[in-house]
Amino acid sequence: MPNLVESLYNIRILDELAEKRTIIHNIHPLMKVLTTGVYLMVTVSFGKYELSGLLPLIFYPVVLITLADIPIVPIFKRVLLVLPLIIGIGLFNPLFDKNPMIVLPWIQISGGWISFFSILIKGFLTILAALILIATTGMTRIASALRIMRIPRLFIMQLLLTYRYISVLIEEVGRVVRAYSLRSPGEKGIRFSNWGSLTGQLLIRTLERAQRVYHSMCCRGFAGEYNVGREKGMGIGDIVYFVGWSLYFVIIRYFNIPAMIGSLMMGVGK
Amino acid sequence: MHMADALLSPGVGGTMWAATAGVAAYSIKKVQNDIDEQKIPLMGVMGAFVFAAQMINFTIPATGSSGHLGGGMLLAILLGPYAGFLTMASILVIQALFFADGGLLALGSNIFNLGFYTCFIAYPLIYKRIIRKGYSTGRIFTGTLLASIIGLQLGAFSVVLQTLFSGKTELPFGTFVMLMQPIHLAIGVVEGLVTAAVVGFIWKARPEIIEKAAAGEALGGISIKKVLAGLAIVAVITGGIFSWFASAYPDGLEWSMLNTSGKEELEAPDGIHQTLSSIQEKIAFLPDYSFKNQEQKVSADAPETEEAWPAVNVGTSVSGLVGGVMTLLLAAITGFSIYVIKKREKASAV
Amino acid sequence: MSHHIIQVNNLKYKYPDGREALNGVTFRITHGESIGIVGANGAGKSTLLMHLVGVLFPDEGEISVGDVPVTKKTLPVIRQRVGMVFQEPDDQLFMTTVYDDVAFGPRNYKLPEEEVEKRVKSSLDTVGILHLKDRPPYKLSGGEKRAAAIATVLAMNPDILVMDEPTSALDPKSRRRLIMLLQSFTHTKIIATHDMDMVFELCERTIILQDGKVITDGPTAKILSNVELMEECGLELPLGLQGCPVCGTK
Ligand SMILES: Nc1ncnc2c1ncn2[C@@H]1O[C@H](COP(=O)(O)OP(=O)(O)O)[C@@H](O)[C@H]1O
Ligand SMILES: [Mg+2]
Repeated sequence: MPNLVESLYNIRILDELAEKRTIIHNIHPLMKVLTTGVYLMVTVSFGKYELSGLLPLIFYPVVLITLADIPIVPIFKRVLLVLPLIIGIGLFNPLFDKNPMIVLPWIQISGGWISFFSILIKGFLTILAALILIATTGMTRIASALRIMRIPRLFIMQLLLTYRYISVLIEEVGRVVRAYSLRSPGEKGIRFSNWGSLTGQLLIRTLERAQRVYHSMCCRGFAGEYNVGREKGMGIGDIVYFVGWSLYFVIIRYFNIPAMIGSLMMGVGK
Repeated sequence: MHMADALLSPGVGGTMWAATAGVAAYSIKKVQNDIDEQKIPLMGVMGAFVFAAQMINFTIPATGSSGHLGGGMLLAILLGPYAGFLTMASILVIQALFFADGGLLALGSNIFNLGFYTCFIAYPLIYKRIIRKGYSTGRIFTGTLLASIIGLQLGAFSVVLQTLFSGKTELPFGTFVMLMQPIHLAIGVVEGLVTAAVVGFIWKARPEIIEKAAAGEALGGISIKKVLAGLAIVAVITGGIFSWFASAYPDGLEWSMLNTSGKEELEAPDGIHQTLSSIQEKIAFLPDYSFKNQEQKVSADAPETEEAWPAVNVGTSVSGLVGGVMTLLLAAITGFSIYVIKKREKASAV
Repeated sequence: MSHHIIQVNNLKYKYPDGREALNGVTFRITHGESIGIVGANGAGKSTLLMHLVGVLFPDEGEISVGDVPVTKKTLPVIRQRVGMVFQEPDDQLFMTTVYDDVAFGPRNYKLPEEEVEKRVKSSLDTVGILHLKDRPPYKLSGGEKRAAAIATVLAMNPDILVMDEPTSALDPKSRRRLIMLLQSFTHTKIIATHDMDMVFELCERTIILQDGKVITDGPTAKILSNVELMEECGLELPLGLQGCPVCGTK
């Protein structure tokens, strides 16, 4: 139950954020999708022992979150919920890879820990990038980006329908589960013997709903084809956004800027 | 388990995206040929149903723990493999976007792992084969249960392979397999039982739904040979791309070390080297101090002298640390300044 | 205008499970009329309305809208003329924004996008929710959802509006607003409902359906005030016609 409420709440928060109108929100969805793609590719392309080189990637979420007015708390809550799964796998690295890699005067750090932190940072950045994309774009505009990318409309239509009916069905499921638990106090979930019929009944109702949705589509001239309006035009600014970020990502991929800064600093300091 | 972006390499992520796109394109074609336009809203609403139903926890008798529905096999049984695969794909797209489950780069892997094996292997080869002799409560139960378990086992094994090929974790193959398969056997049994319970209920209440879904599918007649041949082709292509990537991108460690060490030579003034190597000499009594050269490949390029490596290494480490802190600081300042500027703009706009 | 005339002749329909939902329904509706179709749950109202828009096809009998018989071939024409508002707005608002939902119909008829926009805006304006056009449907209240559902139909420029229980699940204020809105429409209206007061206010003619048959068909004022008839059909007099429980007068 908390799961149901929680996930509905999560979707609605992101939806609400996507309705804002900031510079970032106004950028063409296709460019945002592509930029996210380049960002993810560059992020995961860093070797498993590269740590400092990864850090300049943090500028992307920092700039976007502030420019797009994204509240940090709900986003980070989500990140913290997902990160443990990655940590679970990553924690094996320090166990299996004990070769010292970083040697500082006061400490030695094994390669396993380095690669663990590398996974951790990558996990953090990639999760953030996905959430930022949806929080600044929203499902409707992501769908229009997909259309421009020539993803078949049948798939997009079906994706949007799923997205649309998630909130309807979560509420319906919520009602049924609540009614069930009111009559069976002290149970944590649904007894297995009842699960099949409860879910089955919900499923039959869902199928009937699908039928009604289909009818209402037909009444408005639906003939198996999903027709869309004009896509938003792309301006110079949108292209600059994509090219600019991509250039930045590529540069930090090929030059370890923090290491350069570091050695510069130390050179000056000495 | 969902594959995560952070555990993937671009090569594996990209390959799985390509494989998924291929299967999806083929499925879309099949669904479109179906001319049953009713299927489009059905797929959409069913996707939402599975999404919501995955959150109905049930208690597993005698264990006190709880489980939930998987979805892939249920979709294949109710919608057929093609529509089922596409519906699973959109559920995962939404989960990746809104819940950051897995991630966008790993989406290809996740759709493949959770959709392909259930809809295109377990469903036709197990469920349909068992059902072919005619519907009965028992056959529906066994078919659904077995297909769910095997679909999930294949998916879990696929996760293991993708993780290993990506090379981000140190988990040895054997350990990982021993970790993943039994857990997913347990999950598979639970998911299989509930899927069988739902399918069984529907079959009793509205048998036409189950029969209609399976009847329209030509896939039932598909031969194992064809599937295996298809898989072999996929494997060869995938292997080819992997090895291409492997040769194009040498091992991450090697690549990064060579890179940074090269730059270090250029930029670090001699003084640093000396200071650092003197610091390093002081701590030279530490036990596995001569470790660094265990990466033999790295040392192949650089002369294998004791000073050169530690010096570079300490230099890299320290400057990396300092630079890293500076970078984060800079990022924080950037974020804060944007915030302040925006706030001022808003204030002046009012 | 003859294309506003609806002719239903001896309509019979059996659901696949054998349930006879319509059992020989006949009536004729002329241009500009407002008809209330009333009857208890399961009387066959929804089934009848589905036939008017060609979602279901009769086993026996025929329907024509204007001079066009409702068949699979004529569906595109029929559905442009007859707009149906379904009982559950969530079934009718299936897109992710109100705008896209209202635009869905016009776009299916391949209208140029300028025309689509014009129609979307004017129909949203008519129902008074133009300001909600970029909202996702789940963020609308019950009344707003109903208004949006009506707008999706208005955007098709239908001559005839068919509505299935439009006031169900509305609070009194939204219901009042809806009735006023419907009153302002000049379309031919066919409204299936249990809401006797709405019928009393909106429809000059009433058809009572019971067990898939027409029991009566005539002027609303006369039918709805017939106590025996109403009771026989499992219906209630409109509140306006019931005796006042406080002072005991009408
Ligand atoms: N999809 C269906 N399958 C089988 N029977 C149905 C279906 N829909 C409605 N019925 C039956 O047909 C009869 C008429 O239903 P309906 O037209 O929905 O009534 P109303 O809208 O007046 O409440 C009812 O007895 C109902 O149970
Ligand atoms: Mg009804």
